[in-house]
Order: sequence, then C-alpha cells, then structure tokens
Amino acid sequence: MAQSLAKEFTKGLWAEIPPFRLVLGLCPVLAVTTKVENGLGMGIATTFVLVFSNLLVSLLRNIIPSKVRIACYIVIIATFVTIVELGMQALVYPLFLKLGIFIPLIVVNCIVLGRAEAFASKNGPVLAVADGLGIGIGFTLSLAALAAVRELLGAGTITIWNGVTIFEMGVNFQPFAFMVQAPGAFVALGLMLAGMNLIGKK
Amino acid sequence: MREMISMIVVLTVLTSVSGFLLSTVQSVTKEPIEIAILNIVQAPAIKEIFPEAENDPIAERFPIETENGPIKIFPAKLADGNTAIAFETKGKGGYGGDVGFMVGINLENDQIIATRVTTHSETPGFGARAKDDPEFVSQFAEKSMSDNLGLKSSGGSIDAMSGATVTSMAITLAVKEAQRLYKQLKPEILKQIK
Repeated sequence: MAQSLAKEFTKGLWAEIPPFRLVLGLCPVLAVTTKVENGLGMGIATTFVLVFSNLLVSLLRNIIPSKVRIACYIVIIATFVTIVELGMQALVYPLFLKLGIFIPLIVVNCIVLGRAEAFASKNGPVLAVADGLGIGIGFTLSLAALAAVRELLGAGTITIWNGVTIFEMGVNFQPFAFMVQAPGAFVALGLMLAGMNLIGKK
Repeated sequence: MREMISMIVVLTVLTSVSGFLLSTVQSVTKEPIEIAILNIVQAPAIKEIFPEAENDPIAERFPIETENGPIKIFPAKLADGNTAIAFETKGKGGYGGDVGFMVGINLENDQIIATRVTTHSETPGFGARAKDDPEFVSQFAEKSMSDNLGLKSSGGSIDAMSGATVTSMAITLAVKEAQRLYKQLKPEILKQIK
C-alpha cells in the first residue's frame, strides 16, 4: 500500500509530469508563464482543485451512474474551481488580477478531468489524493520552470511572489522580449520538451 | 427505469449540494473581496486623483443606491475649501473586457479634477497604456461634466490613443456613464455630504 502510494505520488513528478510527458493542460502553461509568481499561483490553484476533485470523484465512484459521470465530474470540478476563485479574490487579489480568466478556465483543464476519468474513478480515495497531489505538484513545478526560463530571458528577473524578486540580471542585460510574448512560450516549451526527452531516453 | 431514476437523483443531489456549498463560500468571502478591491484597486486611484485631500476619502466613503445596485462615493475636501467626490464606473466593450474608471469631480463647478483607470485586461503596450501612461486620461481633467466627452471621431473632444481605439472608446463610455450618474445622483450626494 505504502509503496503504491509513493508510486502514484512520484509518477506525477517525472514519469507523467503533465505538460511535458502527458502534454496536457497547455492553455494555462503557455498563457500564464510570463512570470514565475503567475506560474506558481496557477499551479497551486490547479493542485487544490485536482486534490479535492480526485477525492470526491473517488469517494462517489460507486454511486455516480456511468452514463452521467462526465456531467457529475464537471459539477464537482466547477464547484472547487469557484471556491478557489472566490478564495483567491479574498486572499490574494493582485494575483487574481494577473491570472484573470485562467482561474475559471481550470474547469476545462484536461488534466483535472483527465485524472478524474482515468484515475480517481477507478481507485480508492487515498490513492486518488496521492495521484492528485503528485500531478498537481508536477504541474506547479513545470509551470514554475517554464516561467523561470521565460522571465529570466524575457525580463531579466525571477519574481516568486507579489513583487519579491529573488534574482535580477545586471544593468547591461538586454531583455529578449520575444520570450515573454506568446510565441516565446511555444519555443521555450518545445525546447524543454526536447530536453526532457533527451534525458528520459537513456 | 431504475438507472434513469438513479441518474436523476445523483445529479440533483450533487448540484444542490454544490449550490449550497458555493452560496456559503460566497457569503463568507463577500466582505474580504470588497475590502481587497477597495485596498488594491480603488484606494491607489483615489490617492492619485486627490493627492492633496485634507480628509481621508477612503475612510469617509458612503454607498448610494442606483438602479444597478449601490456604488461607493469617495468624498474629498480640497485644499481650496471646495468639496469633490470620486466614484467608479465600468466602460463596456474594452478589448479584453470592461474597463473600470474612477472619475473625480469638483462639486462646486461640476468640473472633472482627474481620472484614473482602475481595472482592465487590455493588451500590454496598447490599451494598457491607458493605465500605465496618464497622458490619455489627463485629457479629461478640467473638462465640465456636461461637455461631450466622446472621442473626436464621434464629435467629442477627446483624442483616442493611437493603436488603442477600442480601449479609448470603452473609457469614453465609462465617462458618459459617470456623467449620467452624476446628473442623476448629485442632489442625493449633496444631501449625504452635509
């Protein structure tokens, strides 16, 4: 049990890390990774939704009739997304302003629905939570890593939380503005995917 | 038949529980959200509009009923002894959604003192300049609340930002809404301030 628990948790961190291995949920991955703080905020919000939707789907897996299961999953996911949205507005309003529409869009993030359908509906609640937590943290780390590359090259800084900058390039640094615009997201993601495939090949 | 009933029951129960849960969360977070909007969005705009106010317009704010729900009025005592107010309206149809716009008005002569963009989701470098660069919004200063403050293309007196006509249009709509509300609410506001 403990072994499979650890396995379900760690698979989300490398073997099935969402944007790179599963290549899922790319819409927020490309859109919000202009700053590390946005990537982290988006990742944490998604993790919250993933853990609780996985838990509920798993607890209700024997009650939900299979013909209306997708509708039920969407109701559960949308509920938690709305809770996250209201909570973020109340607690971290500046971050909410930056992420804007991408918070409500977690409802249609294929990672969340994908884990509900592919994992939580077939496994017990403890494993489902471990899976949600693993995938969620993997997603957060991927967003932060991609955002770090883009922000460092595009703006010359790394901002982790609400204006707290942990790293800044020298005054001679010329920002590579392409990286913080939309096409830069595709290029950076493609290069990171290639890099991960190269490492994973052995 | 049994399957049909179980589908109906499960979905009904699930959506009801969800609705109940969300209404609870909504009522719990309502006040903190209002405070967050006040501190993070409205207060900085008020400070820029009334840099030399002799009172605290944010602490002395009061609500006034309109047909679309209450709006917050921020009263300010100016250095020359006159009273001014500021309130926020939404300009419909910006490039990325509604544009929130705070208008400060001198109650004595009905002139605009200053204006600021509060919330927006316009494109950085284009529409977002309305907030980042005060040049566009400074055109409204010292204009009368009864002037035609539309864009020049529609017979008004405001130059649109180049490359951001849609944003400029949304802001003039917000100003027109402010003019309409001001005309309608001024007697009530004067009563409240005295």
